[in-house]
This record gives sequence, C-alpha cells and structure tokens, in this order.
Amino acid sequence: MMPPSMQSDPVSESVAAAANRDRESVVRARDLSLTFETADGPVFALSGVDLEIDRGEFVSFIGPSGCGKTTLLRAIADLEQPTGGTLAVNGVPPREARLNRSYGYVFQAPALYPWRTIERNVTLPLEIMGMSANERRAKAGEYLDLVNLGGFEKKYPWQLSGGMQQRASIARALCFDPDLLLMDEPFGALDEIVRDHLNEQLLRLWAKTQKTVVFVTHSIPEAVFLSTKIVVMSPRPGRIIDVIPTDFPRDRTLDARESPEFLEIAHRVREGLRAGHSYDD
Amino acid sequence: MRLAFNPWMAASAVLAVTALLFPLGAGEIPLAWFDLPGLSVFVLAFAAACAWLARGKIRGLPLGLILLGAVFIGGAAALYLLYRAGAGGEARLGFWLFVFALWAAAWCGLDAIAGFASLNRLAQRGVDLLVPLLFGCWLVFLWEAVTVGFGVPQVLLPSPSMIAVRLAGSLDILAADFHQTFVKAVISGFAIGCGSGFAAAILVDRVPFLKRGLLPLGNLVSALPIVGMAPIMVMWFGFDWQSKAAVVVIMTFFPMLVNTLTGLNAAGALERDLMRSYGAKYWQTLILLRLPAAMPFIFNALKINSTLAMIGAIVAEFFGTPIVGMGFRISTEVGRLNVDMVWAEIVMAALAGSAFYGAMALCERAVTFWHPSYRQRR
Repeated sequence: MMPPSMQSDPVSESVAAAANRDRESVVRARDLSLTFETADGPVFALSGVDLEIDRGEFVSFIGPSGCGKTTLLRAIADLEQPTGGTLAVNGVPPREARLNRSYGYVFQAPALYPWRTIERNVTLPLEIMGMSANERRAKAGEYLDLVNLGGFEKKYPWQLSGGMQQRASIARALCFDPDLLLMDEPFGALDEIVRDHLNEQLLRLWAKTQKTVVFVTHSIPEAVFLSTKIVVMSPRPGRIIDVIPTDFPRDRTLDARESPEFLEIAHRVREGLRAGHSYDD
Repeated sequence: MRLAFNPWMAASAVLAVTALLFPLGAGEIPLAWFDLPGLSVFVLAFAAACAWLARGKIRGLPLGLILLGAVFIGGAAALYLLYRAGAGGEARLGFWLFVFALWAAAWCGLDAIAGFASLNRLAQRGVDLLVPLLFGCWLVFLWEAVTVGFGVPQVLLPSPSMIAVRLAGSLDILAADFHQTFVKAVISGFAIGCGSGFAAAILVDRVPFLKRGLLPLGNLVSALPIVGMAPIMVMWFGFDWQSKAAVVVIMTFFPMLVNTLTGLNAAGALERDLMRSYGAKYWQTLILLRLPAAMPFIFNALKINSTLAMIGAIVAEFFGTPIVGMGFRISTEVGRLNVDMVWAEIVMAALAGSAFYGAMALCERAVTFWHPSYRQRR
C-alpha cells in the first residue's frame, strides 16, 4: 500500500507565502540522496528527499532508527556530504551556510567542554568568532537567563544535572543568534518528566526568538506537541513518506496533548510510521 | 557494642612474654633480660597492654595511636639493646621475638589508623599522609634492627643510620652531584625531550604522511638501548652534562610523542562536530578543544618521563663524565667499596625523583581538575 503523499499541501500555504518562497525558504532539498560506502556495500541513508522548510517553522523529523533523520539534519549542517540532488540552506550551499554561522546545532548529548565553566561553554562560539570578552559575558548572561540557568555561570558542566547541561547547550547554540536551530534528539537521554518540562520551555523559546527549528525525534507525542510540520521518514532507503502540517496555537501547553486534534495527528503519524515499516516486510 | 577479639595483638603479647625466656645476645658472657630489669619490666607492661587491648574495647584511631606509641617506645628499647647493651651483631632469639612482638603491634596499629574515615577533609588528608609515613618509618626500623642485629657487613647492606651519617657528612659532595646531574642534565634533557616530543606530535598530527613515515622511525629510536647510546652521545656532545642531557632527550622524546598523539585524538566526535559547525579554524580547534582534551595524556607522559629522565642521566654518567655527578659517584664509590656513599646517592636520587614526579602530579591536578578522576562535586 502506498502511503498518502502529502509532500506539497497547497492548503497549508498562503498565496503570499508561496510567492515569497524563494526568499523565505530556509532549507530546500531537491531529490537529495546520500549513500555511505561501507565494507558491506553501499548504505542508502537518504534517497529522493524533497523538503521545504520556511522561515519561523518548527519542523520535526520522526522515524525509526536508521531512517536517515539524523543524516538529513547533518547534511543541512554540512556535517555530511550528500551524494546526489541539491540542498540549499538560506539560499546558499550548506558549506557556505555553515561558514556564515547560519545555524546552531544541539546534539544528542550536551557536548559541553568539562574544562570550561558553563559561562565559557556558552561563549565558545563567540570566542571563535572573535567577540570581545565583555560582550561575550553579556551575551552569556542574556542567553543563560533565557534557558533559566542564571546564576550557574561559574559552575562546571559536571556539577549540573543532565537537563541543565542540555539547556546550557541550547543557550550555546542560540547565543550567536543564528537563523536556524538544528536539534538532534536533544532530550532523548532525559527522563520523561524533565523532557516534558524542557519541551514546554523550548516552545516558549521558539515563540520568543522567532527562530526556525528543525528537530529530530523518535517520540510521537514530542513531535506532535512541538511542531508546525511533521516529516515522517522510513528506513532502507531513508526517505520521506509523509509531511503532516499541524495548526496548534504557538502558546499551547502540555494539556494540548489531551485534545482530540492532537490525538488525531498523533494517529496519522503512527499510521505513516507503520506504513513505512510494511514496505520492508 | 560487641567486643571483637584481636588475635594479632594477643600474639604480640604472647611473643613479648616468650621473648623474656630467651637470651638476648651471644658473646663471651651471653646477655640476658634479667641483666636489664628496667627493660624487662617495660616488656611485661607492653605485653600486658597488648593483651588488654586485644579484647577490642578500644579501636580505630585511638587504638592505633596507643599501639604506635607503644611500638615507638619498644623500638627505642630495641635500638638501646643493640647499641648500648651489646646485643649488636650477635642478637639472639630473645631479641628477635621482641622485634616480632613489635611487628604484630605495629601491624595492628597501622591497620587501625588506615581504617580511619572522616568527613573533615583536613583530618582525612593528614591521616592519609600519616599511614605511609609511619609504615616507612617501621620499614627503616626493621632494616636497622636486621642489619645491626645480625651484624650484616657494610658492603652488603649498610644500616640506615650509617647511611644517614654519611649523607649528613657529605652534603657538599651530594649538592655538587645533584646540581650536575639533576639541575643540569635531567631538567634540560627533560624540557628538550618533552618539548620536542610535543612539537613533533602536533606536526605528525597535522601532516598525514609523517604518521606513516615518522612514527615507525620514532619507535625504532625508543627501542635503542641506553647503554649503547650513552657512549655515542659522549663522543658527540663531550664529557660534560650535555651528553647526559642528550640521552635524556632520546629517552623522553618518544613517550611524549606517542601520548600526545593519542591525546590529540581523545576529543569526542560530537565535540569536533561542534567546532566544525562554528566554522572553527584548525588552530582554534587545536587550542580550544583538542589540546585541553589531550592534557591527561600529556601529563601521563610527563610523569613517565620524570622517572625515565632520572634513570637516563644517572646511567649515562657511567660512560665517561667529569668527576662530579650522581652516576659518576655511584660507579666510583662502588669500586672503592664505600657502599654507604652509594646508598646516600640512591636516597638523594629517590627523593629528587619523587619530588619531580610529585610536582608533575600536582600540576596535573591543577590543569586536569575537570577529569573524572579528580573532579569533586563542589
């Protein structure tokens, strides 16, 4: 059975947005493919991926392990090289976008440097960009407050809990004010209570900063709760099988997860994932 | 509180009482305990105290301090027997049983102190230092008792007191040797060897073909026998300390190269990707990420090299040297059968080597405070 193709949904885009698409599109992939050459033969991590992410969107990639969702994110970040198709970030090739510091990347693990204080971890990108020490300190204070870590400037990462460390890494990704925030299962290693809390904080942060967020997850509730658009992916070869728009208000709370609309979308995501799996068997 | 009977202390008491039944020393007129009534009474009191403590009513730090105090007085008594009462060189079973009684008591005392655990960090640190110190003192005492008690010839093994006298009497020679070997050869060789090993590692890491070309050659250099290299270095750099420093350079270069190379690859994949995502330049990644991550490995090399450098400089002096230096002194004084002087040099080398190693370890603690093996939660 073919999954429903939702790759371009004219209803979800206003006419004006469509007209400004070239200017407003933050990520644009056309027939993107990426193959890893391994000793056991080629692995098709991505195949025929078409994707459009507009400014200000919150897009989640969801799918089982090996579906290429992290690879797609890393290709956008120029941490992997596509082997076919075209990919543009902010209208330029990913490499250029990376050198322009167009995105902040939040990894699965906080990846804070243990020899630096929280403040100096957050200011690491600013130091690389050559900002003066006073400006750096001011920025660190500002962004640590934004993620509710004010007062922890002088602590070392290993003195903080996992959730606090991941919040510090989000502050680090935001502090140089990139347009795009790329998040690779940032809360995957945390327990569910902390995770819910951080999801709410992330939504507020997104509303406040107006960033475009691309978020990789394998949790259906997390994807539905956070996103304006859910990209459902399937493995072998990694490809997009469904793109689901959602229209929850930006100031939704965790209670939204009990609503019928929420459950309906979650159901559709689950159906999409199931369809993707039946392909293999 | 349940009383825990301590068999070792009971053994100590039994040994002390049994000791009184046997002669202390041989000789024309065998020395016996009843020749020394005061000491005999002390041994009886010691045995009684041990027997009483063996019931286990007192334990922990107080027990340890009481026991070690008793052992200290007992040890002084044993030394009195050796030096003043004439048991030296011909000590008999009575004396040795008494030493064994002290041994058992010292064992229990150290055991009691070593088990001390306190939340007060200063007290804990003090006790942690006290245990090896007291253990060392006990070993020196045993060494003294055995060498003097059995009358071991000075050429085979001088007693610690003899070494100490020699050490105190030849401070000027020792200072000159120390300056020649340690300050000149070891420090400069260590600095050059570690520095060039570090620089080579950065270069090898940067230039891929060097990793394949230079590393196997470096391996070869590290396998060169020091006794073969030392005379050649003397021919190249002359008799003075420069040739010894060269040997130290050869010995310390490779451990630093290999450890730094390993360390440079110690940074994790995410941390590297992070630097890449910022568009960081090579040297920014090097200074901000890879070198800090390499520090535990670099300090490992510095610690290994601190002892290697000592060995290298001393051994190198066996192959031609001016008439000063620790290695020179050891090789000539052995020839003259002045073994106490050799031991004095060994003591100085051990102290200097330990201090050098300790200094490296302290720097390591300060620099890699963040490493899981050192970090403390606030």
